[in-house]
Amino acid sequence: MDAFILQILNGLDKGSAYALIALGLTLIFGTLGVVNFAHGALFMIGAFCSVTLSKLLNLSYEVVDPTKKDFLGRPLVEKHTYIESWFGPETGAAIIDWSVPLAILFSIPIMIGIGFVMERGLIKHFYKRPHADQILVTFGLAIVLQEIVKYFYGANPIPTPAPAAFTGSFDFGTMLGFDPNTVIYPYWRLVYFSFAALIIGAVFAFLQFTTFGMVVRAGMADRETVGLLGINIDKRFTIMFGLAAAVAGLAGVMYAPINSPNYHMGMDFLVLSFVVVVVGGMGSLPGAVAAGFLLGILESFASMNEIKSLIPGIDQIIIYLVAIIILLTRPRGLMGRKGVMED
Amino acid sequence: MLGLNKKDATLLLLVAILALCAPFILNPFPEGSALAQFNAGYPDLMQRFVIFGIFAIGFNILFGLTGYLSFGHAAFLGVGSYSAVWMFKLLSMNVIPAIILSMIVSGLFAVVIGFVSLRRSGIYFSILTLAFAQMSFNLAYSVLTPITNGETGLQLTLNDPRILGESATADGSIPVTNLFGLEMRSTFQMDVGAWLFQFNVGYYLCAFIMLLAFYLSLRIFRSPFGMMLRAVKSNQQRMRYTGLNPRPYTLAAFVISGMYAGLAGGLMASMDPLAGAERMQWTASGEVVLMTILGGAGTLIGPVLGAGFIKYFENIFSKINDNVLHGWFSFMPDGLEDFVVGIVHPFIGKGWHLTLGILFMLVVIFLPGGLVEGGQRIARALRKDKSDDKSNAKSNPAE
Repeated sequence: MDAFILQILNGLDKGSAYALIALGLTLIFGTLGVVNFAHGALFMIGAFCSVTLSKLLNLSYEVVDPTKKDFLGRPLVEKHTYIESWFGPETGAAIIDWSVPLAILFSIPIMIGIGFVMERGLIKHFYKRPHADQILVTFGLAIVLQEIVKYFYGANPIPTPAPAAFTGSFDFGTMLGFDPNTVIYPYWRLVYFSFAALIIGAVFAFLQFTTFGMVVRAGMADRETVGLLGINIDKRFTIMFGLAAAVAGLAGVMYAPINSPNYHMGMDFLVLSFVVVVVGGMGSLPGAVAAGFLLGILESFASMNEIKSLIPGIDQIIIYLVAIIILLTRPRGLMGRKGVMED
Repeated sequence: MLGLNKKDATLLLLVAILALCAPFILNPFPEGSALAQFNAGYPDLMQRFVIFGIFAIGFNILFGLTGYLSFGHAAFLGVGSYSAVWMFKLLSMNVIPAIILSMIVSGLFAVVIGFVSLRRSGIYFSILTLAFAQMSFNLAYSVLTPITNGETGLQLTLNDPRILGESATADGSIPVTNLFGLEMRSTFQMDVGAWLFQFNVGYYLCAFIMLLAFYLSLRIFRSPFGMMLRAVKSNQQRMRYTGLNPRPYTLAAFVISGMYAGLAGGLMASMDPLAGAERMQWTASGEVVLMTILGGAGTLIGPVLGAGFIKYFENIFSKINDNVLHGWFSFMPDGLEDFVVGIVHPFIGKGWHLTLGILFMLVVIFLPGGLVEGGQRIARALRKDKSDDKSNAKSNPAE
């Protein structure tokens, strides 16, 4: 039982990353009808937003202190970060320590901006072209974005630690009455899961309870009629694209401490999140979220030793296997609607 | 000739001449000159041109004709490589059985994957093929290690059985791949003045097979079967209403293109007898998509052009470094020179993929027909200019 709970918990953080990316993908697909292969790159850019912010905060100047000598007998050169000298040593250190959560604020305008530029500059011209063309051009864009990031940040992963308060793990087992140290879970993963749940909730609430969201939902159902009612649906869809980009970016920002960001992490996640979207049903938001968590948890179950010894290699292929089975038995995915992508 | 009309026969002849004279054409600059780095006439690179040409021709039969975008074609290439290397390990170092086996195995593999994936179309098909390819890739890395040798890749060793051949040569090294005794790696070198031309056995074998593959794809394009495949692309619904079932046709196309990929994989292993799982990764599948689109999907010569183009620039661009650039722009004043080099720097050397990505986007946006369409447009513009000149000379059009 304790192993069971542990696997569910382990699946949650990966599942929340899948769910967040897939949510953005399916949002773009449902509104604009565009298959966006560059969405993984947005996730990656988000992760690099937190890298950038932590680098910016660590910018420092050098002060020569003639009273002290270093081990070679030269005057000691001390490095001071600007932040510490502006805000005082303690506040400054705290700000640097909290760079990843702060990057959330930093990344939102950047991601929305990138989303706008992408939609207005490129994707707008591809509404009327076949899906294959959309896939290809966004695939090219993904390569370009990835290579730009590689040029500036190098090919190696850049470790980006979480705030010191969230290092260490949380012992779930004692809370539920198991032995100590059987169900332990790192704090930051808990934070990530709660954050993902919050974002997903916010997106759904935005679509469900605001007038803007209502119009967008109406546009997803029948674009033409909404247009005939005198609403500029294109503008709203562009805003939704920016929003989807921001969701993917935020997923990346918070993921940075879990896995050190490298330039190809977007592609790695993209393939899986596409599988997630298709399993959930193209254009279905709840489907994407449910499938994201489902596949994340299944993946972590498949990596249990008991199951691996039963079916060797299952942990490597479980997601794809589930996707194939679901696509063949339920052609529209778990919650897909009729008439989406069927022409 | 060979059941082709005049235009196609000319095209085939052109490709044949290009392939046969490649060692000359690709080596236009004398050894040791400043431009020698643009030479591509060395065996390794020429082999890659034609092998990826075969791969792209095969991909084009599926994507260009039926419009089904497979994102998992590299799986067949990988399977072909593995089976060829196994043939070298178990049977003999002759490449013929290896190539035949790699085609058969990848063909069977394609039947299974195609049968399942072709039940869906559009993006779902892409995702299904991607899922299958990633599955094979992951399995090759983990559980199938006894067959694939995991991360190290499958290699020949001295204690392989090789029933029809020898486990080790007389001097105790691993035998080399050959075609009935003709070694693949043996190269005839010809010095003509300052030029050095290399004629490699392996290259000519690949080129010959590429010509066969090209001829076959020509025949498929012009056959009633090819017509059916085009019908699948343009309107499946209507095809079904006329009483034709599209699925056997698409499955056949899928298997044929899978076998082409297997053939390419087998040739790759014949030239250099090792196989690694990274050949199956989805980035490798993406590469063949890039080649086909860049050259021109649905055209005959496009995929070959695209493959050559990408492989050439991959090799040449990645060799250019800052020193070379400084050499080129040394005629400029110093500040300007550094500035220009700084601008060009991100696009060369390791940044070659950036150039490729930008180029690919430009092609998809402005030239959906690829390089072939670009060439046609230029040709048309030239012809128009000429005919305009003529008509202007005869009469003044009222405008």
